[in-house]
Amino acid sequence: MIDFVVHDEGDSVGVVVVEGVKAGDKISGWIMDQDKEVEFTAASDIPIGHKLAIKPMKEGDTVIKYGVDIGKVVADIGKGEHAHVQNIKTKRW
Amino acid sequence: MSLGLSNTTFLGYRRENGRVGVRNHVIILPVDDLANAACEAVANNINGTMALPHPYGRLQFGEDLELHFRTLIGTGANPNVAAVVVIGIENGWTQRVVDGIAATGKPVTGFGIEQHGDHKTIMKASQAAKEYVQWASELHREEAPLSDLWVSTKCGESDTTSGCGSNPTVGNAFDKMYPHGTTLLFGETSEITGGEHLVAERCRNDEVRERFMFMFNRYQDMINRYKTSDLSESQPTKGNIEGGLTTIEEKALGNIQKIGKECLVDGVLDKAETPTGPGLWFMDSSSAAAEMVTLAAAAGYVVHLFPTGQGNIIGNPIIPVIKICANPRTVRTMSEHVDVDVSGLLRKEMTPDEAGDALLDSMFRTANGRLTSSEALGHREFVLTRLYESA
Repeated sequence: MIDFVVHDEGDSVGVVVVEGVKAGDKISGWIMDQDKEVEFTAASDIPIGHKLAIKPMKEGDTVIKYGVDIGKVVADIGKGEHAHVQNIKTKRW
Repeated sequence: MSLGLSNTTFLGYRRENGRVGVRNHVIILPVDDLANAACEAVANNINGTMALPHPYGRLQFGEDLELHFRTLIGTGANPNVAAVVVIGIENGWTQRVVDGIAATGKPVTGFGIEQHGDHKTIMKASQAAKEYVQWASELHREEAPLSDLWVSTKCGESDTTSGCGSNPTVGNAFDKMYPHGTTLLFGETSEITGGEHLVAERCRNDEVRERFMFMFNRYQDMINRYKTSDLSESQPTKGNIEGGLTTIEEKALGNIQKIGKECLVDGVLDKAETPTGPGLWFMDSSSAAAEMVTLAAAAGYVVHLFPTGQGNIIGNPIIPVIKICANPRTVRTMSEHVDVDVSGLLRKEMTPDEAGDALLDSMFRTANGRLTSSEALGHREFVLTRLYESA
């Protein structure tokens, strides 16, 4: 059972692909590019399609997904926490 | 061999100019907003015809007017269209649209309303439409090679499952069609923001790369000129954010999965321009679904691959729009809109190759005549792109 996917093992976030993930749940992830599996504990309730931090991030850090810069951290994010508009912003526009 | 295709032909309508269509529409095309009522009346009178009402066409000027004519003429010229009745408020611009479509060799006639009124115009236009639809109903499909198929793509109401599921599925299908000389299209200029360097790397040569970056920077300049915020809520959209996409960069990296891993960007088009050869083309275009698909149809594309995450329900009157979805919740809650379910990709129950093959199978069946979900549901979003205010 895959609960979340990660594009590349260098990424700082993964994507939850099942409904109903709750804080404290043990979840299984699939790193797609390297075809590896990882185990994790969710630190927040995370809706389907939303991201979780697979590494702790500090304000000002760059968020990496697909191995590429997708924006900046604007509030610290703990490992396993919900990573979205409340703590990540675009660097463009 | 991942690039193998089990099927390389489809059944289509070969038109007077050699292009091949997959639908056989007879359209009643308004030049301007004032002609919508007459066009809809004609389509009501004559079974098997379709009016394409829209809100524009008066007092446009310059590049915006050129785009208006290019879009209307391109729509009528599209090989999915067998014949066209054009109606406008006056004869001059009506004839300009008629002449543009007539260059393809297909049957087309125009009617101006002034000096006649709606009643007489509707009567004469209905007579012409009846002749056309009876003539078109006797045309037959014939076998055509994949190199005669023009396939466009654009995604909508994307979420994170688009980037890891439905968009790479289109990319896989594009990589498989590209060696067969298929004419392919992608666009959505603003939705490349954050991945423009990756598209630039894929351009065939420096000339294409410079033209791509010119189009990209032109769109960035427009956004920077008018923006009042960082565009969060518009790019990404509220639906994208609900689906888990956080920034334009993240959305862009998912978006460009649609051009696969192998094919090169062979050329760059302005809005509604027609490609001049096979290969993968980039068109400068809005990322709003109906605007972009309307421009793709005007450029001559005949089938459209549309991945969605949260469930964009768009269709187009001219080209069949095939929906691909990898989000299991959307597939469950909006199944009537989904043509190709690739949610198995995210459970490792389906490989990218299998997903690409499932999409190609759906595409061939659609090209051969099967109605897409959006066609069956009556989605005919025809939306013209405007560049600025009317005079």
